[in-house]
Order: sequence, then structure tokens, then C-alpha cells
Amino acid sequence: MFKAAWKSLMGRKLRLLMSTFAIVLGVAFVAGSLIFTDTLSRSFDAIFASSVGDVVVRPTGTSADDGPATTRTVPASLVDDLAEVDGAARADGNVSSFSTFVVGENGKVIGGQGAPGIGANWSDAPAAHGLEGLAITEGHAPRNGDEVALDAGTAERAGFEIGDTVHLVTSSAEAVLRPTLVGIAEFADGGSTNGATITVFDTTTAQDLFVGGKDAFNDVWVTADEGVSQEELRDDVAAALPAGFEAVTGDTAADEAASELVEAISFLSTFLLIFAGIALVVGSFLIVNTFSILVAQRSRELALLRAIGASRRQVTRSVMFEAVVLGAVGSTIGLGLGVLLAMGIRALFATFGLDLSGQDLIIAARTPIAAYAVGILVTVVAAYIPARRSARIPPVAALRDDVAMPESALHWRLVAGAALIVGGGAAMVAGLVSDIPRPGWWVGGGILAVLLGVAAASPVISRPVVGLAAVLYRRIYGSVGTLAGQNALRNPRRTAATASALMIGLALVTTMSILGSSAKDSVDKTIEENFYGDLVVSNVIGVPFSTSIADKIEKTDGVASVSRLRYAIAQVDGDGQGVMGVDPTSLRAAANVPMVEGELTDLDDGKVLISDSRAEDENVGVGDTVTISFPNGKEDLEVAGIYTTDNNTVLFYPYTLTLSTLADAGFQAADNYLLIQTEPGADVAALQRTIEEQTAELPTVTVKDQQGFAEEQRAPIDQMLLLIYALLGLALVIAVLGIINTLALSVIERTREVGLLRAIGLGRSQLRRMIRLEAIAIAVLGAVLGVGMGLVFGLALMSSLADEGLEVITVPTLQLVGYVLAAGFVGVLAAVFPARRAARLDVLQAIATE
Amino acid sequence: MTDTSTTPQDPTGADPRPSGPAARVQNLTKTYGSGQAKVVALDDVTLDLHRGEFTAVMGPSGSGKSTLMHCCAALDTATSGSVLIGDTDLSRLKDKELTRLRRDQIGFVFQSFNLVPTLTAEENILLPLSIAGRKPDADWYRTVIETVGLQDRLDHRPNQLSGGQQQRVAVARALASRPAIVFADEPTGNLDSRSGAEVLTLLRRSVDEFGQTIVMVTHDPVAAAFTDRVVFLADGKVVDEIREPDRETVLDRMTRMDARQLDRLAGAQA
Repeated sequence: MFKAAWKSLMGRKLRLLMSTFAIVLGVAFVAGSLIFTDTLSRSFDAIFASSVGDVVVRPTGTSADDGPATTRTVPASLVDDLAEVDGAARADGNVSSFSTFVVGENGKVIGGQGAPGIGANWSDAPAAHGLEGLAITEGHAPRNGDEVALDAGTAERAGFEIGDTVHLVTSSAEAVLRPTLVGIAEFADGGSTNGATITVFDTTTAQDLFVGGKDAFNDVWVTADEGVSQEELRDDVAAALPAGFEAVTGDTAADEAASELVEAISFLSTFLLIFAGIALVVGSFLIVNTFSILVAQRSRELALLRAIGASRRQVTRSVMFEAVVLGAVGSTIGLGLGVLLAMGIRALFATFGLDLSGQDLIIAARTPIAAYAVGILVTVVAAYIPARRSARIPPVAALRDDVAMPESALHWRLVAGAALIVGGGAAMVAGLVSDIPRPGWWVGGGILAVLLGVAAASPVISRPVVGLAAVLYRRIYGSVGTLAGQNALRNPRRTAATASALMIGLALVTTMSILGSSAKDSVDKTIEENFYGDLVVSNVIGVPFSTSIADKIEKTDGVASVSRLRYAIAQVDGDGQGVMGVDPTSLRAAANVPMVEGELTDLDDGKVLISDSRAEDENVGVGDTVTISFPNGKEDLEVAGIYTTDNNTVLFYPYTLTLSTLADAGFQAADNYLLIQTEPGADVAALQRTIEEQTAELPTVTVKDQQGFAEEQRAPIDQMLLLIYALLGLALVIAVLGIINTLALSVIERTREVGLLRAIGLGRSQLRRMIRLEAIAIAVLGAVLGVGMGLVFGLALMSSLADEGLEVITVPTLQLVGYVLAAGFVGVLAAVFPARRAARLDVLQAIATE
Repeated sequence: MTDTSTTPQDPTGADPRPSGPAARVQNLTKTYGSGQAKVVALDDVTLDLHRGEFTAVMGPSGSGKSTLMHCCAALDTATSGSVLIGDTDLSRLKDKELTRLRRDQIGFVFQSFNLVPTLTAEENILLPLSIAGRKPDADWYRTVIETVGLQDRLDHRPNQLSGGQQQRVAVARALASRPAIVFADEPTGNLDSRSGAEVLTLLRRSVDEFGQTIVMVTHDPVAAAFTDRVVFLADGKVVDEIREPDRETVLDRMTRMDARQLDRLAGAQA
């Protein structure tokens, strides 16, 4: 029995492989994202292992997370004390900042697309476990404020050699530095910086720049004597520490730092896994289709097997066996493609500044296991329906000339489809409207259920659409059109399943288009209505910049006021919360801050403004106090007013303080945004040019007018959409392959008919047109269903988001019409190969085909 | 291999009808493969197919009768020699022109009906005309429909028709465009004897009443008895011919041919 199944499999390799393409892609996404995640985390593990000491001592509550540098430090005297602790070989203080960027000779910032620009003091302290850490491999360590060392990768990318003057941009009081490059540093144990830039100063200079000139450090590495474990040393060090400081083992500190970073970047994996899911769902439709057609073509052969004594189960099993082999082959190819995909993502990330080239790809055991499990499972599940149907072929069919596959009645599919649509719709509503946990899962699951429901019911739903196409075809193209229309109608299941694959992709694309265009329009509207500032100074990378810039701009002629905005992260009840520092008076002039209670100007030193959602969560009102943990300790702050973050271009964090309260709390003074009001009658454009000249040496800082600011705000939405479109594009490619595959198989199935048509005088071009028209009908059907579903999803999602500030609902009509037209074009493309194949059929052989 | 048979009369001999040939086959040779695997399907066949005549082509399997028909019907190309439909030499035509010729000049009836399953009987009948973009001649169409007796079945799809009815639809399709010549490939091969007789009567009537030229490949002496002329093929050569055949004569000739074949096989083995 298996021999027969194997032979039939080998007899149709190409056809089956085409249908496994979707499985290949799905598995590739799964494998690729797993490989990338593993590689990413291994690579960061390696970095952070080299950037901690055996024991790290730091002010309590200042873990190495991504918050802005604090002003809290460890005094130099404590470092000397720590060196004397039992089991400690030495103790070294470190000064570090994450916003010191190197400007290359072309005037562009090196790295800096999210990767930090680390500025640190020089220390030859060994890293944890005796690793060498950063070492000078060329030149010498910096000795004074005019000297600096760079990591090798950065020096190379910037084109600097020893002796060159280095252009640095910092968030410290001195915005621009031009020291001489005296040394090249590298991780001696071969670690890569993953795209971060490292600038090394001598300790005094680093202290001047980053800790306000005190003889103090951000943290201290204590190195263990031989034979002393990290834990033992930590306990001894902790015993010697005064209040306000903590000691953690190097392993812990490295894990903390690595896991936070990896988590921040691994959203991409989630993303890829979702698309793997979409690809697999779409792919399973094509597998159902392919197996249905193949089983139908072989129905006589299978009936013969039944006639000579094979049981139903054996027939089902022989088809399932093919599915398993196919799934395994698809998974193997997918796994290989996944490795390539991971390489591709790595290369893509390198262009964004996260350079992982120092780390070999990690293929953990779970990767192939997941790949094969997913690939084989999906194929087998999808093939099960046609396999079961094949077992219902009666043995007598072997003796008949025309074998019709047993078909289940369509109304059951309609019922099942309707149930899925209703259930999915309910889940969506539940996720969107009510307060159940994990609403995203409900909405996502609901959308999937509705899509599957529509797909199940589509043989019925699609009838009017395809019927209309058939009528149009008959009118326009005469008998060729009639044939094409009838072909599209003759097997509604097949047509609908093929179209469903396209439908799913397009439904998601349409949903995203509506969300995206609505979000962009919301941003535009908000800025237009609530933002009065003439110019905005911001940092393209999102890191703070030196306060000296604002000082300079304030003195410029024509500037009425400069309102500074600063961000920080503080702890409230153990959770990190965003905190903003503002100047109420100047901010009021620059922007409309939508207040729920109180006024913006009610904010004073020692008070706090709080967002409405936060006020609700904390159950506080105006006049109540909230407690926030800052680097300098806990503060009780009186709530002076409540604002909403909806349509709020300036205050999007839950807590807002005055600039001086924020500074007193222990955060370094550095600005994130400057909102500039010009004097009446001032030439804004001229002023923009002046400020651009003032900041010419700071490529990280940009000056924008209102329109430019709106564009900047829209840019992340565009980038996100582009990424989503690119991935959904792959789902569409799968769908197109599905159309090609179905048509090609249909042509094979109808070989005799094609031969007959050719024999009675249908020309090659007429035959090609017939197949093309059928393909267009399928593609447009998928597009119409998909765009329709997408409209429903998009509008439903938008209306539920209306409360959260996305009040503009924009339907990009032209774009949607474009999708349908593009689908028609896709149909034309998909028909090329099957049509050519049909046209090339030898008429005689075709007629003689069974 | 030598042909030991004697030809009782010249196959290209005098034409008893005045109207001249609808198709002429001249020195037609068709070979497949090359070298050791070379198979000669047609070996220098010369034959006239007369206008308004119902011709049967008979012969054992592998005699080349189907190949002969395919070459005449512009479905296959000759290795050498020529086929003329009317005045048109098929060997000079390209695919596009061959397609047009099939559409306009030739009708087909196949053993396995070969109707388009998605189209109704009427649409199937009119398909060749419709592909050509021509309007059917209403009178002629009515005549054809009445002759095949399918007036009340025109809206049915092929799978709603019996085998005999399907084959009558196929005959109507072949006649609808008034082709110069209709080729029928074992048209009764898949039918019971009664349905077969109906289809053969239909073909006979279209010859008698409309002057249609028909060439039919068949195994069946009963079917051959409906024709005006039977041409026997063996080993790719025309070996015999009967005019005004009846079942017995045909059977007799077939038996004689079989005997010769057996003799030759025995001779080859000796």
C-alpha cells in the first residue's frame, strides 16, 4: 500500500512541491525568527558578560536599564573601601553614559539607530569570571580631556585613525567635543559591540562630562580573589555597604541588562511568528485544494485499490502518508530558507545599527523541532479532509468512465461558516468593547475565526460574484468568456478555496491600510489643532541632548520662548513609569494640553500633573498625593491637575513635573524636545535656518517646523506599515502561487477538454485568454472578499479605538480600489504559466488522455 | 518486412461519383521515433476521400488507421507526403492556420463524446461557430437539431444526457458548421448497439440528405455496413477496399486479413 502511495508521490513531485511552497514559507518564518532570537540573545549575553565585574555595586534602584542617566553616584572614597573587603582583589569605579555619539567624517552619526552611544571612563578592570573586558589594542588609553579612545568598529566606520580629531556629540553640558583619537579599544575575548559605539575618556574627563565633575562613579566593579565566588563576594561587599547602595553579582547584572534589551528587540520575533501563522493558514487552504484535486484526478486509481481489497482506512492512510512526506520535505526546505531568512534579518538589522555579525547563527534544538512539527502538522491536518473524502470513493468507480468525487453538501459548510463568523464576530466585540483580559487575543482570534468562516462559506458567498463575472465575460468575450466563466463556476469549492488564500492576505492588508491612514490623519489633525509652536527641536534618535542648545536658542533674535521637555523613568509601586519635566508657562504658549481637571499652570515645584488613565488606575484626584521613587529617593507629590494623553502631542507619559522637580529628583539635565515660539512678525523660515546653523555640529539634533514635526510623528507609522505590508506581501505571494497551482492542476485535470477545444478550432491565444479570464475571476473574487472583510475589520477596530485618541477614521478608497485592480493583474500573472502549458498541449495526446 | 498480400483493386482507382475528392492523401508517410525504435505508422499511403461519401477506415490495431485520420484532420503532421483538404495542402500550414482549418472545414466526432461539461447541449453544438465568432445559419441549425432529435434536450448539460444522446450532440456539433468533411473516430465504440445504430443512422442520413462527407474509423463490421466504402489498412498501407459493403463481406475480408496476418507471423517465426 505504501509502495503505491510512494510511487504516486514520486509521479507528481513538481505539482506537490508547488503546493508545499506555503508550508516552506511558513516554516521558514518560524525557523528564521527562532534562529534570530537565539542568535540575538546569545550575542547580547556575550556582550554583557564582558561588561560587568564579578560584583557590581550601584546606588539602590539604578539598575542598568534604559532609563536616562541619573545623577546618583558612588563616591570615590567608597571605591577605596570596597577594594579592602575580604575576597576582593580590586575595585574600580565606572562612569558611563548612553548618549555620546561619534560623528563620522561625512557628518553623519555612526550607528545610533537605536543602538546606544556609550561614553565611559577608561579602566583596566577585568570583567566577571576573569574575562579581559575592553582592552586597548592600538595606541594608548586616554590621559586627559583632549584624548579619547574608540572601539575598533566605530573608528573604522567613522574613518578615524589614531591622531585624527574626533567629532563627538554628548548630552552633557558640553554638546560638542573634539578630542584627539589616541587609542583603539576592542573586546579582547572577541565580543562584538552589536552596533553600539564606545567612546572611552580618561576618568576625570568622564566625571566632568557625566557626573557633574564630582569624584564619583555610576557603579563600581569589585573583582574577586581567586577561589572566591561571585555570591560570596557579593555578600561580603553588601555587608560593607552604607545605606543607599546595593551589590549584585555580575551574572545577575548581565542577565538583567541582556534580558531587557533582548526583550525590547524581540518584538520582531512575535511579529514574524504571527506572519508565520498567517502563511500557514493561507498555505493550508492551498494544501486542501491541491490534495482535493490530486485525489480527484486519481479517483479511479484509488477506486481500483478499493476494488482489489484495500480498506477505506488504507486509502486514507496512503493519502495521509503522502501528506507526511510532503510536510517533511516542505519543513526541510523551510528550515534551510529559515537560516537564510535569519541571515537576512541580521543584515537588515545591521543597516539599522544593530550589528550582530560577530555572532554565528545559533540553531538550537528547538528550531528544527518546531519547524518539522509545524510543517508536518499543518500539511497533515490540511490533507485530512481530502484524504477522508478519497476513502468514500466507491470501488465500482474503478469501472466507470466518469468518476465524480463524492462531495458533501454545501449547506453544511455554510452552517459551519456562519457559526464561525458569528463566534468570531462575538469574540472580536468582546475583545474590543468589554474589559476581558488579553483583548488582543480575543480580537485576533475573532478575526481568524471570521476569516475561516468566510472561507468555509465562500463557495456559497462567492456565487454571485463569480456569477456576475461569468455574465460579464459572456457579454464581452463571447464563447471564450462563457467557457472561462463556466470553468470558474464549475467547482465552487476549488475557486473559493483558491480565492480564500488571497482573501486572507488582502483582508489583513486592507485592515492595516485603514488603521494606518486613520492613525496618520489623527496625528495630522492633533498637531494642527493642538500645537502652536513654530519650531521643534528634537533628536532623531530619541536620546536627550545638551541643555546648552536651548540656552543658545533662547538668546537668538526673534525667539520669544523656548519650552523644554525632558523625559525620565521613575518607579511607582515597583513599576517603571514615564515621567516628564516641563515648564508650564512656556509650554502653555506652545501647545494645547488637554486638561480634564485643573490647569497646566497649576503645576508648581513639588507638585505633579497626572494622566487621566493613571488617575483612574491609582484612584487619585486633584489634591491627593502620589508617591514616586526617584533616584534620589521617594517623593510625595501633590496632584495639581489631570490631563488626558488623547490628542496630546506633548504629554504622553503618565506623570508630569516641573523641570526643577525633575532635576532635584536626581536625573541628569538633558532636553528631549524644545518647542520654540517666535516673536510676532519673525521670519520663521529664516529662524529655522539660523537654529540649524547653530546645531550644525550636532547631526543628532534636528529643527522642524509644524509640518516637518507632523511628518516626523507620522514616520514611525509609515515604517511600521511598510514592515507589515512587506510581510503580508509574502502572504499574497503564497496566494498567487496558489492560483497558479490550482489553475495548473485544473488544466491537467481538463487536458482532454482542452484537447477537444483545440481540435474543434479554439486557437492558442483564445485558450490562453480563457485561462487568463478564469484566473482573473478567482483573483478578483479573493480581492473583493478580502477588501470587504478588511473594511469590516478596519472600521470595527477604528471605532473601538476612537476613545483612545484615534478619532479620525479614514478609508483609503483609492488604495482599496487599487488592491482589487492589482488583484486582477495578479490573476493575469498567475495565468501565464498554466495558460502557456495548456496552449502547448499536444492536441492528439490531450484528446487521448483519460 | 515484405507485404505478401495482393491488392485486388487499385485503391486510388476510378471515382464512381462525379463530385471529386473532398480530401486527397498523397504518398503520406508517418514515422515515430528513429533508428532501432523507428515505427512506421503510415507507409506511403495514397487515397482519395470522395465528396458526399461515407467512408469507413478499418484495420487491426496498429494498422495506422487512427494516424491516417489524425493526419487528415489536421491534428497531426505527416513525416512526408501531403494531405489536401479541398485545395489546401495541410503540410504548408502553420499552427494558427491549421486551427482555423479545423474550426471552419472539419468536424469531429470522438469515441468518448468529448463534450464540454460546463456547457449545455446547445452551447456545445454551437461552440465551434461561436469560437469562430460566426452566427449559426438558423435554418441549417434547425435542420441539424431535428435530424439528431434533441429538440427537448438542448438545455441539458452533458452529464444529464445518456451516452447515445451525448454522441448525438457531438454529431450535431460536427455538422453545425457545415464542414467540408467530418471525421468520426470509433463513434459507436462506447455505445450499446441500439444507441450505436441511432448514431450511425444519423451519420448515414447526413450523407444522404445533406451530402456531407464523412470518414469514420471503426472496428465494427456492423458500423462499416452503414458506409459507402470501406478502406482496409494493415501495417500502414492500404491493402483492400470494398464498395457498398454489407456486414458479411466486411467480416469476410477481415477474416481473410487476419489469416494473412497470422500466416505472416508464422512465417516470420519460422
